[in-house]
Amino acid sequence: MTDLPASKVDLKSVLSSPARVDHSEGMSYLQSVPRRLVTLYLPLSIILLVLLFPFYWMALTAVKPDEQLLDMSTYSPFWTWSPTLKHFHKLLFESYYPHWLWNTMYVAVCATVLSIIASVMAAYAIVRLRYKGANLVGALIFLAYLVPPSILFIPLATVVFQYGLFDSPLALILTYPTILIPFSTWLLMGYFKTIPFELEECALIDGASRWQILIKIVLPLAIPGLISAFIFCFTLCWNEFIYALTFLQSTQHKTVPVAIVNEFVDGDVYHWGALMAGALAGSLPLVILYAFFVEHYVSAMTGAVKE
Amino acid sequence: MADVAIAPRAGSPKSQIREATAWEQLKHNRNWLGFWFMLPAMAFLILFLAYPLGLGVWLSFTDTKIGRIGEFIGTENYEWLWGDDVFWLSVFNTVLYTAVASTIKFAVGLYLALLLNENLPLKAMLRALVLIPFIVPTVLSAIAFWWIFDSQFSIISWSLKNLGLITQNINFLGDTTWARICVIFANIWRGVPFVAITLLAGLQTVQPSLYEAATLDGASSWQRFRYITYPLLTPIIAVVMTFSVLFTFTDFQLIWVLTRGGPVNATQLMATLSYQRAIIGGQLGEGAAISTAMIPFLLAAIMISWFGLQRRKWQQGESND
Repeated sequence: MTDLPASKVDLKSVLSSPARVDHSEGMSYLQSVPRRLVTLYLPLSIILLVLLFPFYWMALTAVKPDEQLLDMSTYSPFWTWSPTLKHFHKLLFESYYPHWLWNTMYVAVCATVLSIIASVMAAYAIVRLRYKGANLVGALIFLAYLVPPSILFIPLATVVFQYGLFDSPLALILTYPTILIPFSTWLLMGYFKTIPFELEECALIDGASRWQILIKIVLPLAIPGLISAFIFCFTLCWNEFIYALTFLQSTQHKTVPVAIVNEFVDGDVYHWGALMAGALAGSLPLVILYAFFVEHYVSAMTGAVKE
Repeated sequence: MADVAIAPRAGSPKSQIREATAWEQLKHNRNWLGFWFMLPAMAFLILFLAYPLGLGVWLSFTDTKIGRIGEFIGTENYEWLWGDDVFWLSVFNTVLYTAVASTIKFAVGLYLALLLNENLPLKAMLRALVLIPFIVPTVLSAIAFWWIFDSQFSIISWSLKNLGLITQNINFLGDTTWARICVIFANIWRGVPFVAITLLAGLQTVQPSLYEAATLDGASSWQRFRYITYPLLTPIIAVVMTFSVLFTFTDFQLIWVLTRGGPVNATQLMATLSYQRAIIGGQLGEGAAISTAMIPFLLAAIMISWFGLQRRKWQQGESND
């Protein structure tokens, strides 16, 4: 109780300071500039440098001429004054790269669309139809999210072989949804819960069927959620490796990640320039997509964890 | 609540005009509708997830090879693995890889989240940049690391040599200890953004007034972290770390691109070993046994996640969601 006057003064000074008016500034005014420089900007820039350096290195290697790549004493390895598009030319015109890119895109789009349709229906049924055992099914779907592909690929390989899907894009289109559906159902359940129930009740009274409600009321309101789910699923498909490695065999059917690892190495000779150009070109579509939908992406990632 | 809307209708004046047929009643039966709405998702999950999961366990008790249907041989595969040094090495590697990578990912990720939660210029852009390693497909960034860790032309070796710290190139992926450090580093590099951004989302839900109150009471920054941030973040930390541990434990792509399990199995994880034995070696039964041996670890991680979620519900004081 003795320190009460002191804290009163503190309170007053805090309340009257501009920081209180401009809420966004928070409490950072309590720290001096040099202190912030050492405790905040320095570690942040080091971490960012480490996180982004591999991409700089990838891009630089992709445009460096071959002789500069391997001769590090005459040329500075950190920069090049004579960028070349030779590696990209080799990629586009002397390899199956356009094929691989198309395969990846095709598989990713098909698997994503299939999964989103299935998940929208499942999520709506779990959240709004509340059929008998809906909560249990919701929990089981969450568990399915935790089953990693690396313990499924061996039995799946035998299944794919039995169904005659081996070495066909269909094998991937049908197996990827097992990774995507649990995630996107979980995400969409969260979105559907936020849509007011009253809207649906009105529609039910007006005689709309459940299907009409889903298509005409729930889906238009859940568009941000759908975009999030779509982008995240698409990224997961693009990233998938072990199924593509196991289920595909012929060179022209492969997806970008699998093909790059296997096709640009002739025995002991690594075509570093072409490898990096391929890695860069394979990442660009995702990075561009990401740049447009950062917020959706972040909400997808955190939403799936939070729900 | 929906049946409140339907129920009066069943007995409403409408039904006096015309009796609802069995089909119309069925159309409004939520269990019947629920079944059809669940069908596509369930078909995928049962055919390509639940069935293979069971089939995997069954295969591990058979001597199936590629192109040959196996016969039941009891626990022979497991007995064989029990005496197999490479298998035990891979278990050790997997546990080491998961423990070290997850711990560092958590520490760096939490630190980065705290930094990003500060009041910064260009905050949105910084956050977007941090997430890029997570967006780019693992295999493609692993290829960049492959080049960075090259034995002859590594930029790290070159820089250290020019700084006069070393005289010889470091054989990053050829030396057992270095190879382990390199794959763990690449895994951390890829995992930190995920941990940081999800924890940041958790941090942003903490009310600033709590920090202000604590500051007025004279709490140091460490005390503010220890007694406000950390307790409020525990539930989300539990979930994020479960995911992180789970995906690190079953990692395959990074190792496959960088070392393929070498040198002398120093980076052989259970996932890569099962691929080598099952797909390259053709011994599907043995590979399935290695995969099945990962399931107990998986269950442990799921239990932790489950209790983490329970605790979160309890903290929010909600009975649903």
